[in-house]
Amino acid sequence: MKLWRVPLDAGHVKVTRGIVHVIEDRCKGCGYCIEYCPTHILGFSKHYNKKGYHPPQILNPDGCVHCRYCEIICPEFAIYSVEAPKPDTQPEE
Amino acid sequence: MESAKKGKTQSKQPPRHPLDDWLRTDRMPHIWCPGCGIGTAFSACLSAMAATGLPKENFVMVSGIGCSARGAGYANVDSYHTTHGRAIPFATGLKLANPDLNVVVFSGDGDLFAIGGNHFIHAARRNVDLTVVCVNNYNYGMTGGQVAATTPHLAKTTTTPRGNPENPFNIPLLAFAAGAAYVARWTMLHARDLMDSIEEALKKPGFSFIEVLSPCPINYGRRNKEKALDTLHIYQEQTIIKNGAHPAELEGRQDGKIVLGKFWDVAKPSCNELYEKTCRPDFGKDHAA
Repeated sequence: MKLWRVPLDAGHVKVTRGIVHVIEDRCKGCGYCIEYCPTHILGFSKHYNKKGYHPPQILNPDGCVHCRYCEIICPEFAIYSVEAPKPDTQPEE
Repeated sequence: MESAKKGKTQSKQPPRHPLDDWLRTDRMPHIWCPGCGIGTAFSACLSAMAATGLPKENFVMVSGIGCSARGAGYANVDSYHTTHGRAIPFATGLKLANPDLNVVVFSGDGDLFAIGGNHFIHAARRNVDLTVVCVNNYNYGMTGGQVAATTPHLAKTTTTPRGNPENPFNIPLLAFAAGAAYVARWTMLHARDLMDSIEEALKKPGFSFIEVLSPCPINYGRRNKEKALDTLHIYQEQTIIKNGAHPAELEGRQDGKIVLGKFWDVAKPSCNELYEKTCRPDFGKDHAA
């Protein structure tokens, strides 16, 4: 995520991370998830799905913040994100 | 090692959407056109039903005829796909027969306000404990984009090629005037607000009404030079949220903006409650809720 200044509480605020999953054969290529992704990590793929639409592909998998807006706005139940496992297993204070 | 194992099993299993439990997945993909907003409104409705924490057996989804009304066929709860305009009478019957059910009416503007207009106003007057979600796409989408009771003035449709000469219904005002206990309006872009609103309405006793503005890119948008994403940009830029605004002020646009929000929320005795009190004061007191 691009920030125009480092927030004062950046040290102790944890940004959630997510993994985006696409159920390609349900997609009808409306592009809502691509347009409204707050971190702009999605784009149309070059290949076709079973019905002849271009499903979204994840251009920058590390950029997902697990806001789940793609899941909420998708009219086709074709995209969702799950929370990524924490990279470090050490307990944080 | 555990995470690596997880990754492996994830890639092997077919992906499963969080709402798949509430969907009849064998019927997916649904019939709605690419860019149609009904799917989003339907998804918000299912999420709200899931968020209440009640079991699926407690819900019934009823719908009439039309694009939006196909929703009942995709929900993995008991559902009725009824005759045109008659979703609310069926739902009223269900609610009176089994007051423990949580009855959701999911239908379109043509079904609820044109052919079913009379049923709507009388259910609101009686304050039947229903949650009515009306997807408003400004036209009769399923039959080819004819002018509807909600088509804005001067908008072009199949049957009004020079623009609609009539004024549309102000639906929240109609619901408010007829006696609904809860009135709100959102667009499908405001999906989180919509979800919260539907959840609130499901928990509320009495007649709750939520209007959802939704793009119809194929039949309405094409004739009015609005692509699906253009309509979403209108929802983003030309709407304003005014909770508690009087429904009479919602006609057309206010200062060029479409007004959204929760407009009316009052506690009123519901139809079942009044009936039990008036007609069966000594019987079935446990059903009086």
